[in-house]
Amino acid sequence: MTASCFKIHPKDNVATLLDDAPPGIVTTRGSDDSVILTEAIALGHKVALCDIAADGPIIKFGVPIGTASQTIQRGDWVHLHNCRSNFDARSATLDLHSGTTTDMRYD
Amino acid sequence: MTNLPTWSGYLRPDGRKGIRNIVLVIYTVECASHVAQAIAQGENDVHVIGFPGCYDNQYAIRLILSLARHPNVGAVLAVGLGCEYTQAAKIADVARQSGRPAEWLLIQDTGGTRTSIERGKQIVTTLRRQIFRETPRVPMGLADLTVGCECGGSDGTSGLVGNPVVGAFFDRLVDAGGTAIFEEIVEMIGLKEIMLERAASANAREQLEAAYDKAVRYCQQVRQYSVSPGNFAGGLTTIEEKSMGAIAKSGSRPIQGVIKVGQQPPWPGLWVMDSVPDDHFMMFGYTNPNDTEGLMDLISGGSQLVLLVTGRGSVIGSAVAPLVKVTGNSQTFARMSEDMDFDAGRVLSGLLTLDQAADELGDLIASTAAGTPSKPEALGHREYFVMYKHQDAPSTEQGCRK
Repeated sequence: MTASCFKIHPKDNVATLLDDAPPGIVTTRGSDDSVILTEAIALGHKVALCDIAADGPIIKFGVPIGTASQTIQRGDWVHLHNCRSNFDARSATLDLHSGTTTDMRYD
Repeated sequence: MTNLPTWSGYLRPDGRKGIRNIVLVIYTVECASHVAQAIAQGENDVHVIGFPGCYDNQYAIRLILSLARHPNVGAVLAVGLGCEYTQAAKIADVARQSGRPAEWLLIQDTGGTRTSIERGKQIVTTLRRQIFRETPRVPMGLADLTVGCECGGSDGTSGLVGNPVVGAFFDRLVDAGGTAIFEEIVEMIGLKEIMLERAASANAREQLEAAYDKAVRYCQQVRQYSVSPGNFAGGLTTIEEKSMGAIAKSGSRPIQGVIKVGQQPPWPGLWVMDSVPDDHFMMFGYTNPNDTEGLMDLISGGSQLVLLVTGRGSVIGSAVAPLVKVTGNSQTFARMSEDMDFDAGRVLSGLLTLDQAADELGDLIASTAAGTPSKPEALGHREYFVMYKHQDAPSTEQGCRK
């Protein structure tokens, strides 16, 4: 079964994965489009539906949810490493996979 | 939910209707918590709340009193140690003034642990018999219901289906004349214009703008936005993204205004609850230290039933008002079905439409209101959490809370 992703709003440049997906093709729910993942992306995470320039807006739900902190290719995983919040500066410092903070001392 | 559901509720002297008929044991300092918990241990329909400190905080007292007068509460026992600031006798007085039978005891006057527990159990037994015998049963429907919702442990599915299904139910509730409250103004960040456009009046717009701007100042000051490691790991990248998902739980009806913790909406419809500390003492206390705190806030607003939307999964319940847990993640539902009440993920897999899911959720809520225990309730979850913070609470008479 091919994994699928969901594009919420016509203006969106990212879609949300509905399954854990390996690199390769995923279908887009609600349209004939498909996108080729350049890396594995987990359920609930986002894939870029087109190339996005550095400092360009990341659009989901039809609104900007952040800004590209580097160039993003179609099919890339869009997350903390390449998308920054326009409000929350600390989120760019979090561990990419676990989301845990890297600036809190536990010693 | 094609036909509007009705069930039998409990009529309180102030005219509000409850869906449960409980005795609430309230302790006024951590030193009294063991005795209070032991009094309720093994007793049906006896819940416990309380707060930790020997510290007088107006916000916390207002919150406790709103729970002592909650529509699901039939009677109150306040338990103090005896030397703390907060007065058990005054809590019992307020409950009595609301028409509820209420008692209080101070451990230092009663005796030690065992003596106080025995005395407390006698009081609770008497109160429970009294409210069981005397509380009038009345027909109840969605127009009598206030439902609160927050999300916790959100992931990428929460904004896709978990919250939208609740939003579609909230539209049905509001259209039926009921009241819906949603929380977490700190999870509106990035969406100021979208929120303001939904204001039902110029007054509501002004309240929303003030509450939004305060939440931004708060997050800047404490340097923490309302996103957790689990949210990020679940695919949410920014607070703006989480906010768009969070706001979906409010549905699409106009927002009547902003209430603060411990205040009831002055009229039905959709309301926002502001739990952010006020500017004059902003760094004292926390806005959303955990999900339980948020649920207590919603219950303090008069919610007889609360909803938690969780993509990642959760094992909490709530004192005073039953909690129904909704997930948009079918994997989470399968893994944690002993705790999850509703699988909204079926919309993503095409098994249900959003509207069908909202109707089914409405039926589940009606059956829970009619007395069927929710999963957290059946498991014995009765969590509570009372934060200390500073919030002014202006009169609700004009529906105005600036």
